[in-house]
Formats: sequence, structure tokens, C-alpha cells
Amino acid sequence: MSAGKVTAATFDEIVLKSSKPVLVDFWAEWCGPCRAVGPILDDIANEYGDKITIVKLNTDEESAIAIKYGVTSIPMLNVYVNGEVVKTIIGAKPKPALLKDLEGFI
Amino acid sequence: MIRDLVIVGSGPAGYTAAIYAARAQLNPLMYEGSVTAGGALMNTTEVENFPGFVDGVMGPDLMDSMRKQAKRFGTELITDDVVEMDLTGDIKILKDGSGNTVQAKAVILATGSAYREIGLENEKRLSGRGVSWCATCDGFFFRDQTIAVVGGGDSAVEEATFLTKFASKVVLIHRRDTLRASKIMAERALNNPKIEMLWNTEVTDVLGVDKVEGLQLRNLVTGEVSKRDFTGLFVAIGHIPRSELLLSQVTLNSEGYVSVEGQSTRTNLNGVFACGDLVDFTYRQAITAAGTGCQAALDAEKFLSH
Repeated sequence: MSAGKVTAATFDEIVLKSSKPVLVDFWAEWCGPCRAVGPILDDIANEYGDKITIVKLNTDEESAIAIKYGVTSIPMLNVYVNGEVVKTIIGAKPKPALLKDLEGFI
Repeated sequence: MIRDLVIVGSGPAGYTAAIYAARAQLNPLMYEGSVTAGGALMNTTEVENFPGFVDGVMGPDLMDSMRKQAKRFGTELITDDVVEMDLTGDIKILKDGSGNTVQAKAVILATGSAYREIGLENEKRLSGRGVSWCATCDGFFFRDQTIAVVGGGDSAVEEATFLTKFASKVVLIHRRDTLRASKIMAERALNNPKIEMLWNTEVTDVLGVDKVEGLQLRNLVTGEVSKRDFTGLFVAIGHIPRSELLLSQVTLNSEGYVSVEGQSTRTNLNGVFACGDLVDFTYRQAITAAGTGCQAALDAEKFLSH
């Protein structure tokens, strides 16, 4: 299971109402580091999918949600627990660093 | 298995070294970096001064071509980071981010440079929350806002000009009274109605609770301190060499750049060569990096044939 996609229409159901922690990856096509971190998140989704759900939100397509969550730099990763942002990771990081950042959730 | 050559880093220096090394049948293994593959040019848009491209070329496209060329001749590419190196012995040992270890007779270091920070605590704290070092990465999110760019070289001027596509106003803050940038770039910026110049000024603090709201400024001539509202700060004051892994092994100069012998790419260690912005603090162009990458491969080839 690689990282899925989330849109404004599905945000509530997939992210805010999830019983598991959800990591939302705010990305865009023109953002190099976002594309670099994509496969890393797919890997993590494959390995830890039972503990945390990982989804990607395209900030070009869903700018209202990006503005709502104050995105000023991508890639930006928000971890949501019970509908609230509990952690924000900004910038592309290598897999070991991301796993460390997500320690409490996986 | 002991490899002939490992290349660490994947900008123009690294890929050029790979192309030459692969064609010399040194079977190079190259660590591109897990999120930094392609180097500094991945974060720029048009490159107008790389020779051979009459109409310019997009940075990421240029790097993609170099990568394909390196692959074409047989370079083995690993999109991972080297996290540890022991370069002191005859056999060099490198460890990557996934925990794998590789041994090689020769290593070419081409890890380039990272963005220099002003060094303010609030700059770090608000990083990604209005503070950025990459206009092409984050400019998009500052539409119709008044933002600041700090610096006076080509990077600063290029970033300021690029940001006028989004921002309603860009204030370029420089501590001197003339720009270091190339004349053509400086002219474009000075003639841009959306760019305001703040000369002889430095940023002494970044203001804001959860995001950038303003900057504290100091005029270096009058000493006057002032505050001004901004919702974004782009820092473009230069680069620092990525030599963190080389301390106490490879000879570095006082700024952290790798020292090489004369015009060669030879470091103090046998079988270890360095090229690109990791070495060059003077020119730092894609074409000069590519040139030294070629030299490094030729130096490595000569070393391995003995």
C-alpha cells in the first residue's frame, strides 16, 4: 500500500475522522524536493501502514486547504490525530530522519 | 567486493565525473543523495549562462540530461546519502543511509554546498513559516504579499526578480551600497518596479510568533535600528561547503572548503579527489563545477592505473 491521495472532498473522512494518525504530504508537481520525498513516503506507507495512514495533497489543486493549514513552504508534512495537527515537518528529509520524526506514531 | 571508484554527490561536478569515469571503464558507483539529487540547480529555473544552450535551459532539465548521460555509459546510481566515510586507508569505506557499506580504491567527493543562514535564532525558528532559502521552492505561497530578500549577489538578485512573479512587492536588503551580482542581473533588478532596494542594511531579527510578520533592521552607516512589516524572508547570502563528514580526515581550509593540490583535484589523502562547490569558493558556477568534475575523473583514472 503506497501513499494515497486526498482532496478537499475526502479530507474530512480520510484525515479528520480517522481513528489512526494520518500524515498529510502537501506537495506540488513543480517542487523538486516534494517529488524526491514522494517515494520515501510510499516506502514508509508500505512498512507502517497499519500504524499510520499516509496521504498526499496537491497544493495546486487544493489551495484552499493549503491556505487553511498555513502552508508557506513545501514539502510540508502534517500529522493529524483526532482531527488536530500534532506535528509539522517542513522540508524534504531522508528516510532515517523522517522515521525518527514519526517515532511516536509508528 | 571492492569497487574502483565511488562518487559522492550529484550536481554538475558529480555527474561529469561519472560520465568520464564510466567512459574510462572505472565502473563508478554514485551516491546521488536521497532528497538532494541533482544539486543546487534543481532549485533554479532558467539557466542562461551554461555554454551550449543558446536559449537557456531549465536547471532540473539540465541535471536530468547529465544524469541520463552518466547512466548511459554505465554509472551505477544510488539515490541515497553517504552518512559515514573512512577515507584514510588504501581501501575507502563508505556507509549509506540505508545501512549498507561499500568499499572502494578511490573516492571522488562532489557534495557541493548548502545555503548560508544569517545565523539568527528566529530565522531558524521560523524556517518554513515565512523564512526560506529557496525562491523557486516557496515563492508560490507569497502571492500578493510584501516580502524581503537578503543578499547582494547573483542568487539574491535572481531570487528577488523571480519573486516579483508572485509578491506585490519585494524589498532587497543588502549590507553594502552596490550589488555584487553580474551587471545584467543587477540591471534587471534595479529596473524592476516591484523591487525596492534597501542599501547598507542588515537584518538583526526576524519578528513573528507562528510565522514571519516583520524584520528588525539596522542601517550600517547611521546605526539606526528600525522595524518593517514583511510576511516572508528569503535568505540569499551565499553558501557553505558540505564538508561535515570530512572533518579530521580531509584537509579543509578555514571556511570548510576542501583543499586540493594546485590545479588538480587531489586532496591530502591518496585516492581521494574533490571537485565542484565543495572545493571552489571563488567561481561556483555550474560550468566550473562540471570542469572540475571531469578533472577529478581523470585524476582518479591516473591514480587507479598505477
